Amino acid sequence: MIRLTIAALALASAAPLLAETHRITPGEGAQERLQEALILAQPGDEIVLEAGRYVLTDGLSLDVDGVILRGEGMDGTVLDFTTQEGSGEGLLVTSDNVTLRDFALENPKGDGIKSKGADNIVYYRIRVTWTNGPDAGNGAYGIYPVESTGVLVDGVKVTGASDAGIYVGQSNRITVRNSIAEANVAGIEIENSRNALVEHNIATRNTGGILVFDLPGLPVMGGGNVIVANNLVVANDTPNFAPPGNIVAGVRRGTGIMVMANEKVLIEDNILQHNPTAPIMVIAYTLPFDDDRYNPMPRGVVVGTNNYGVGGDDPQLDGAEMLVAAFGGALPPVMWDGLGSLYATAGTAGWSLNLTEQGKGLAAAQPSPLNVPEAETAFDRSGIGAPPELDDRIG
Amino acid sequence: MIRSLAIAGLAAGALALTVSVAREASALPPPMVNDAAILGVDQPGSADRPLPRTLAEYGFFLDGAGREPDSRLIAYDLNTPLWSDGADKLRYIYLPEGALVMADGDGLLQFPVGTAIIKTFAFGEGEDQRYIETRLLLHRADGWVALPYRWNAEQTEATLALAGARLPITTPAGEDISYRIPNMNQCKACHSLDDAVIPIGPKARNLSPDLLQRLADEGRLDLTPAVDHPLPRWNDKSADTAALARGYLDVNCAHCHQPGGGASNSGLDLRWEQEDAFAIGVRKPPVAAGRGAAGLLVSIEPGKPDASILVHRMNSNEPGVAMPELGRSSVDHKAMVIMRDWIEGMDQ
Repeated sequence: MIRLTIAALALASAAPLLAETHRITPGEGAQERLQEALILAQPGDEIVLEAGRYVLTDGLSLDVDGVILRGEGMDGTVLDFTTQEGSGEGLLVTSDNVTLRDFALENPKGDGIKSKGADNIVYYRIRVTWTNGPDAGNGAYGIYPVESTGVLVDGVKVTGASDAGIYVGQSNRITVRNSIAEANVAGIEIENSRNALVEHNIATRNTGGILVFDLPGLPVMGGGNVIVANNLVVANDTPNFAPPGNIVAGVRRGTGIMVMANEKVLIEDNILQHNPTAPIMVIAYTLPFDDDRYNPMPRGVVVGTNNYGVGGDDPQLDGAEMLVAAFGGALPPVMWDGLGSLYATAGTAGWSLNLTEQGKGLAAAQPSPLNVPEAETAFDRSGIGAPPELDDRIG
Repeated sequence: MIRSLAIAGLAAGALALTVSVAREASALPPPMVNDAAILGVDQPGSADRPLPRTLAEYGFFLDGAGREPDSRLIAYDLNTPLWSDGADKLRYIYLPEGALVMADGDGLLQFPVGTAIIKTFAFGEGEDQRYIETRLLLHRADGWVALPYRWNAEQTEATLALAGARLPITTPAGEDISYRIPNMNQCKACHSLDDAVIPIGPKARNLSPDLLQRLADEGRLDLTPAVDHPLPRWNDKSADTAALARGYLDVNCAHCHQPGGGASNSGLDLRWEQEDAFAIGVRKPPVAAGRGAAGLLVSIEPGKPDASILVHRMNSNEPGVAMPELGRSSVDHKAMVIMRDWIEGMDQ
C-alpha cells in the first residue's frame, strides 16, 4: 500500500486526497487477497494486479465507487476461472465510476465481466477468452454492462462467447470502439439501449458481427440513436453455437451488421467482406409479443456509404439457392424485410422481402430489389456515445 | 419454527441461570451486547468502515462458542426459509434498548438503527452439530451492513471472512460438496434492492403470527400487522403446491428477480405478490440466460417442467447455469419435486 501523501500529486491525479494503491500478486490465497482488496478499497483507490496467472474458484465483485482495477496488460495479468466453482460471472461490478483496464479473464463459467447499474464505467484493454473456441458450453457474455448510463468500452478483445462477446444492454450513452470480437455468436451487441456509438472495431469469425436489437418484455425498452461506423466486419461465418432459446440463436451464420427493431440507426463507412448471408440486415422483431410499450419495427434506419466486398454469396436462408440464382450469384449487400422505414444512400444495392406484417414469418415474402429513398435530413448525432469525460480515464 | 422457539425458550431459561451463577461467582457486570460494534462507531483501527474481526466482539452470545444467546436476542424462524445446502439455521434479532420495530403491511418489518439480525448456519445433528458460519446484518446510521463470520474448526471462535471461504461439507442429503461462505459483496448481492442493503427474511407474511403478536404485546413492534396471505409453512404437507412453489420462489429467488433487484434486467419477477403469469416466467423467453437456458424456450412451460428453464437451472450445480447463483452448491431435491408438481399442474 502506497499512501499518496503529497497533496500536489493527489490533486494532479484528480483522485480523492487519500487515494491508495493496493498491489495484488498471484499465487497462494489470491482469491481472498484480491476479493478483500475489492471490498476494502475506498473511492478513488487503485488496485493493481501484478502480472501473472491468478487461479480463481469464485466470482469476484466490486461495489465501491471510483475504483481503478488495473492489471499489467491483457496478456500479462490473467484471471483464470477455468476452475470456477461458483457465481454467475467472473467479475461483477455494481458501483459507479469504475475503471477496469489491462487484464484478462479466461474461461469464466458464466459471463466474463458484468457491470450492472454501474454508471460511467470504463473497460479498457480487457481481454475475455474462452480458450476452447466457439462452444455452446462457454459463458454467455464476455463484456456485459447492463442498466447503466455512461459506458466506454475501448480496446477490448473477446473470443468464444456463446451469446455476445461485447454486450451492452438496457443502457444509455455508450461507446464501443477499437475492440476485437472474434468467434462469438454475436460479436458486438447493443440491446435495448440508446445513444450508442460503435466504431473502429473488428468483428470477425462470429456468427453475426454487430447486432443492434430492441426486444420486448424487458424493464428498459425503446432502443435507438445508434451509430455503427468505421468497423471492419469480415468473415463472420461461424455456425451459430448459441444454446437454442436465446435470441441470438436465431442469428444466421454470415450476418455482418444486423438491426432488429430500434429507432434511428446509422450504418456507414464500414468495410463488409465475406459475410455470406447478409452484409447488412434490417428487420422487424420476428416473434409475436404481448407488450404495449414495444414497437417491433425498425424506424429511421439509415444505410450510408459502406465498402461492400464479397457477401451474400452463401446465405443461410430458406430458398437460398433460388434467391442467389435470381440475384445473379450473390444477394445484394443490404437485406430488408420491408417493415418499418429504411433509408439508403443512392446506389445502395439491396433486396427486400416486402413483408407486410410483423411476426408472421417469411411465408409471405415477395423478394425484390431494394427501392428505398435517401434520408431527407442529416442523421442527428447529438448525445450519442459515452460522456467525453470518460476518455480522461484512459491513455 | 416450533423447534427454534422451543430452543429459544429453553435457552432463555438456561441463560438466566447461567448468568446469575456467573455473576455471583465472579462478581462481573452482566454481559452486554456491544451496541457500538453494531453501529460501527468508535472501533479502533479503521475509522471509515469499522468491521469487528470476531463475532465475540458484539456480545450477542454469553459464550465464545455462540451456543448461549443473550437474553435480549429474539429467536425466530421463517414459514418458508431460504435453502442453503440443507444447513440448519439459528436466527436471532437483537433490538437496541427501547427501540421500536414498525410493521409495513405484510412486508419486511422496518427495523430501527442499531438492530442486528444474526443467522448461524450449522450442519449435523445433536452432539455432532457444527457451526459453519454466522452472518450478520447490522443496521447502522447510514444503512444496513452485511458481514460473514466463519467458525473455526475448534468451534470456539468465529472470525470475519470478508472474502468468503470454501470448505468441504457433507449435506443432510449425503452429498459431499464444496460449501461456499459468501464474501461481503456476495452478501450484498442478495440483500440489495435499489442499491440499498436490506434484510430479506423477516417479512410479516413469512413470520409466525405468534411471534408478531408477542413482539407487539411487548411493545417492540408498533402493531400486529394484518397478513391476509401468509407464506405457507415449508414443511406443511397439507399446503397447496402452488403456494409452496410461489413461497419458495419468493424466498429463494425474488431478492434478485424483482424490479430493483440484482436480476431486474431479466424481466423475471418472482415475488409472492406478483400476479402476472408472464412476469413470473410463464411462456417467457429468456433474456440473458445464455447457456443457462439449455435449449429451452421459456422460463415456465405450463404442464412441462422438463421444458422449463426455471426447473433446469434450479436442478443444476454448474456455475453459469445454477440458480440461485449464490448460496448453494447442491440441488434442493425437495424443492424440485414441488416445482415440478406445480408446473405439471398448470393449465396448458
